[in-house]
Amino acid sequence: MNLEPVIGLEVHVELKTDSKMFSPSPAHFGAEPNTNTNVIDWGHPGVLPVVNKRAIEFGMKAALTLNCSIANDTKFDRKNYFYPDNPKAYQISQFDKPIGYDGWIEIDVKGEKKRIRIERVHLEEDAGKNTHGDNGSSYVDLNRQGTPLIEIVSEADMRSPEEAQAYLDTVKQLIQFTGVSDVKMQEGSMRCDANISLRPVGQEEFGTKTELKNLNSFNNVRKGLEHEIKRQEKLLNAGGEIQQETRRFDETTGETILMRVKEGSSDYRYFPEPDIPNLEISSDWIEDVRASLPEMPKERMERYVKDYNLPEYDAGVLTATVEMSDFFQETVDHGADPKQASNWLMGEVSAYLNSEHLELHETKLTPKALAEMINLIADGTISSKIAKKVFKELITKGSDDVKALVEDKGWVQLSDPAKLLPIISDILDQNEQSIEDYKNGKDRALGFLVGNVMKQTRGKANPGVVNKLLKEEMDKR
Amino acid sequence: MAINEETVKQVAKLAKLEIEEESIHAFTKEIDQIVDMVEQLEELDTEGVEGTYHGLPQKNVWREDKVQKGTDREELFKNVKTRKDGYIEVPAMFDNGGSEA
Repeated sequence: MNLEPVIGLEVHVELKTDSKMFSPSPAHFGAEPNTNTNVIDWGHPGVLPVVNKRAIEFGMKAALTLNCSIANDTKFDRKNYFYPDNPKAYQISQFDKPIGYDGWIEIDVKGEKKRIRIERVHLEEDAGKNTHGDNGSSYVDLNRQGTPLIEIVSEADMRSPEEAQAYLDTVKQLIQFTGVSDVKMQEGSMRCDANISLRPVGQEEFGTKTELKNLNSFNNVRKGLEHEIKRQEKLLNAGGEIQQETRRFDETTGETILMRVKEGSSDYRYFPEPDIPNLEISSDWIEDVRASLPEMPKERMERYVKDYNLPEYDAGVLTATVEMSDFFQETVDHGADPKQASNWLMGEVSAYLNSEHLELHETKLTPKALAEMINLIADGTISSKIAKKVFKELITKGSDDVKALVEDKGWVQLSDPAKLLPIISDILDQNEQSIEDYKNGKDRALGFLVGNVMKQTRGKANPGVVNKLLKEEMDKR
Repeated sequence: MAINEETVKQVAKLAKLEIEEESIHAFTKEIDQIVDMVEQLEELDTEGVEGTYHGLPQKNVWREDKVQKGTDREELFKNVKTRKDGYIEVPAMFDNGGSEA
């Protein structure tokens, strides 16, 4: 049987607010366990959760970026469940009136573009974090409890693990550009569950799906889906049936493992949250938020190609992250040639970041310094060979004034004929054989002489000027 | 009868309540009476009346994104039976989170 995978993804993204979704306790990562919580997060009797307005605005930004419509009337609901990661025994979420709905994004798999629909984007609060011990106990830290989250639910529009990965990449990129979240899977500010089923090619109806959890990296999403496709294929081809269940991806074996069978266990008894009045989002507010969205990667890319004449590939690399794109823009705004700025960022800068496992903001390089360096190369103040030294200095130590730095270090290129001519005359006097060789058409002789000048000037002479002066002087002799 | 013994058992399970077998019959009867009473509301003609999502007519009650320090851990931990290194210690959980959050 020829089977086709049908994949839908649920992506959770933590919003980067200062305080929590419904309480004023700090929504920050990395504090001592159970110190960033308060009585509201713990659901003590008599407390009143109050919505964080910025979280609503961030949710709207994300939803608008994913081309969703924003609900004018929206509300929160209680999702009831018992689990130690949430002492309230319910999560405040959105059930039937999500803040965003009917969105879509465009993905690109090896040049092939496809639109993936987004069913909904809703707001909710995160739960605490459990650490499993090996002594029969688990340990709960409620610092994460109440952190604002959005859940982005796609339609089951993806047909391969590659498409799923491209969808995640694009969601991450778009959300990152809005600045409402760090969207880092390794830190848990972006998490992903996948629903996957198989059906015979040509069949309209979906097969029975399983839900995959613990897909904690982009690679694991792909690997988990690949393994689950094989498992379901084998089962179906042997005449078996898929059971609706939740499975966990095991990183060490690369397999999916049964967590629980779904049998009415997901009876969350949703009901409207009585502590939080409904929200009315005016069209004016929606338009204000829409207008506040930054220029998105696609628009930036098109502008780089059109205004700066960059190849499409380069423009794509520069807009892959908001950090790189902003850095590039600022470098150009500081007067650097766009093509040179692009070359440095895609070349030396990226190579350095990769080898040191750093991100741009973790280095000392600034757009201003990069622009100054590029301009010093362009006006001949430094050679491109020396520029590599300057670059190393700028990215590891930084500089407010690159011109002063290269002067200080004695890295300024010697281009002044008045200073070069005496050296050149000396060298010519000592190498009469080379002059004769040169006149007899031996190019290597010129190279030898240039090399001597460079040696005399400890690499500081401008090779172009030296070449020109050497030729002129030899022609005179 | 709107409520049967199976429903009562299911509700108890979801609410993590242990109900003794001999009490189930009595609970079933009582809950059924409560549901019957609430169902009287269905006799009202609500034709043309908009649904109510909330008991209060207020809208848009929110706060600015301002941080306040968390409640002192020692205070909060007064209700915590077992603890270790600042964590709440609970019996091991094999499920990876009931919230699916």
